[in-house]
Amino acid sequence: MIQFRDVYKAFGAKPVLNGLTLDVQDGETMVILGYSGSGKSVALKHVVGLLEPDAGEVVVDGEVVHQLDRERLTALRARIGYVFQFAALLDSMTVRENVVLGLARRGLDEREIDERVGEALALVDLAGSEDRYPAELSGGMRKRVGIARAIALRPRYILYDEPTTGLDPVTSAVIDRLIVRARERIGVTGVVVTHDIRSAYTVGDRIAMLYRGTIRQVGTVEQIQKTHDPVVRQFIEGRPEGVTDAETAFAGAGP
Amino acid sequence: MLELVTARVRGGLVALGRVGQFLSDVVRALRDTETWTGLTLVQMRRIGAASLPIALFIAAFTGIVLALQASYTFTGAVPLYFVGTLVGKTIMLELGPVLTGLALAGRVGANIAAELGTMRVTEQVDALETLAYDPVSYLVVPRVLAATVMFPFVVALAAVMGVTSGWLTAVNLLDLSTVEFVRGLKLFYQFKDIWFGLVKSMSFGLLIALIGCMKGLSVSRGAEAVGRATTDAVVLSAMMILVLDAFWAVVLL
Repeated sequence: MIQFRDVYKAFGAKPVLNGLTLDVQDGETMVILGYSGSGKSVALKHVVGLLEPDAGEVVVDGEVVHQLDRERLTALRARIGYVFQFAALLDSMTVRENVVLGLARRGLDEREIDERVGEALALVDLAGSEDRYPAELSGGMRKRVGIARAIALRPRYILYDEPTTGLDPVTSAVIDRLIVRARERIGVTGVVVTHDIRSAYTVGDRIAMLYRGTIRQVGTVEQIQKTHDPVVRQFIEGRPEGVTDAETAFAGAGP
Repeated sequence: MLELVTARVRGGLVALGRVGQFLSDVVRALRDTETWTGLTLVQMRRIGAASLPIALFIAAFTGIVLALQASYTFTGAVPLYFVGTLVGKTIMLELGPVLTGLALAGRVGANIAAELGTMRVTEQVDALETLAYDPVSYLVVPRVLAATVMFPFVVALAAVMGVTSGWLTAVNLLDLSTVEFVRGLKLFYQFKDIWFGLVKSMSFGLLIALIGCMKGLSVSRGAEAVGRATTDAVVLSAMMILVLDAFWAVVLL
């Protein structure tokens, strides 16, 4: 279980997270939805200790992430797969080497590594691309390799940072399908941060709307689709009117 | 005014603290031999072998110029075989390590800072962390060890090249025989001439790699920041090489 408990984070004078509180249950895929620059990726980075909260805490499997020493943090990271927004593949390595990178730390023998690499690349429909370099791949293919790299670890959790951003609708749908497939096949708990509402509906069991550094509303896909919260409605309908107008109209109603 | 001074002092202390933290991270990461052993060999090839052409090129022309300038300076007053002495001493003690160090500050230091800076802005460093690697063990230690080990080899070969080109110049362009050149070369030779140059070059390698890694990993975001880190790495390395050169002269000579 992943828990954000009243997390605050600012960069200089700019507050990004303002008391973020959210629970991600085991086995579910939680989508954190929000505007660009609303702090979704910042929230995600707290889960693996890439960022530390100014106040509050992120708890994974009962462990407060920012209080872990290096050894225990490494052990925690070994249970989490992270899919970066732009894949973050090591560009000096081939696809295979990128996928092997995380496995090499796990004391697996060569046969087992080969098996896992083959399995992960097949799952993302990239079998046969083992020897290609990231520079030779399209954006969508790179993201699929990023997903394969995470899946190959057979993690307990996978965190997806804007998995469909910058992709065409068809490739986005392919990525969405992979996220669903990863949950079904390996039973992984997922956290997906995105501003792509169609993707959120496809992959999410629950959706949390992050707005001004805190969770505005959290609910199932159906609950979010039927929400009366004007801020959430405006976002999911993609209406261009000012957010503050919607908030004023809502006049005091909570998430 | 007081506020400005306070801010400057605080900024200086913070920077010093970062350097201290970085160095302690490097020392800690040395224990993670499983990660850096194989990678160090790769870096030794990239930093050492690949730097040889530029180092040899510089040394060859330095040897030529030294021989000709010595001959020009000595004319009539000092026996010409001292050309060998000057070429040998200058190349081994000073110009071999320092010129090679300055050239490699550009080649190796800039390369490390740009590579690590790009990895930082494209989240490759974060990716390593999430894959349970310590970026210092994976990226910094192999480069620092490789530079520290390989610089003396590169400088030694550069020194051989410099002395050889000085000898060839003396024999072909000056009125000097091989026997006379070698006599001059051996005249004030001490074994210290060799190890002094190698110790210096080892320290230059260590310094250039540390500065390149630190500047590269401290990049926050964007191509501009990578460019700035690269320039800073080269400038700071060049300055520190000269400071370190003076330090070794005071301590060891």
